[in-house]
Amino acid sequence: MSTNLPVPLELEGDTDLILRQVLSDVLGLSAERVADLDHDAGLFGHLPELDSMAVAGLLTELEDRLDIIIEDDEVDGEMLETYGGLLSYLAAKRNEG
Amino acid sequence: MLTGSWPSPAGGDEFALSFDQQRDKRVLVIPALFDESNKLRHFTVEVMRRLDTGGVDSMLPDLPGTNESLAPLTEQTVSGWRAAVEAAASHFKATHVLTLRGGTLLDPGTLPGLRYASVGGTALLRGLVRVQLLSDKEADLTTTRDELVARAESQGAQLAGYDLGPAMVRELAEAEAPDGPATEVKQAEMGGAGLWLRAEPAFDADQADALAALMLEQVG
Repeated sequence: MSTNLPVPLELEGDTDLILRQVLSDVLGLSAERVADLDHDAGLFGHLPELDSMAVAGLLTELEDRLDIIIEDDEVDGEMLETYGGLLSYLAAKRNEG
Repeated sequence: MLTGSWPSPAGGDEFALSFDQQRDKRVLVIPALFDESNKLRHFTVEVMRRLDTGGVDSMLPDLPGTNESLAPLTEQTVSGWRAAVEAAASHFKATHVLTLRGGTLLDPGTLPGLRYASVGGTALLRGLVRVQLLSDKEADLTTTRDELVARAESQGAQLAGYDLGPAMVRELAEAEAPDGPATEVKQAEMGGAGLWLRAEPAFDADQADALAALMLEQVG
């Protein structure tokens, strides 16, 4: 394993794992369903488990595990629309901090 | 499993679910708060069943304004709930406590036992406010967090479906578990994700086994 990976890439890899884990913990998705989520996979409006109550729990748990603060006015349909979109948002948040 | 009642300091009787055979070791179980209490109800009762099998009594009182209680939720406060928990501990002659999540905020601080995956009042309130903001957004209302918190603290508000009075909101914002002899148990010791996280209530027998085993160790 190379240890010369650029930091942002490594961070996104870690964020990807954590996001999959949190989706599994919050939505009770099976390991296969979580592993199948690709960049374009639909989240809010596509997964029946993900209602607004679940979104709130999801965001709070992501804040805890990623040590970030998600501003309420940044939460919208676009940010939550796809797996890739949410992942990019979270990775950017972590880079800020 | 028995149902019974206990006299609330606010007046009137409140319901309690109990496994009570007048044994020496008696655990007062303080439930998680708000929506988490629903998510963890099955888990909580299953832990109590295992304590019963292990020869230990346990009692799960309704906090005033919750579950079967006839008291209005809007009139409840953290300090009122603490007084209610102390009254229940005394009524049931509890020798130990098991507090879960937000229930840890109500630990009387005098009895040994366990605090399961405790959460502070600030974090609980933040979660309730977030649900309300998302719900407002779906209803095309443009509420900001600051506006909602200010309104809730001055006149009370419905947060995540719970009608909370201003005193409850203000006390919750600063509530922390009191010092006490009970030992903190982390979710990581349960061998799975916290069931309060689940969008749909779920149950995990292995986790109930794990928490009950730790509690029985405490009770000795």
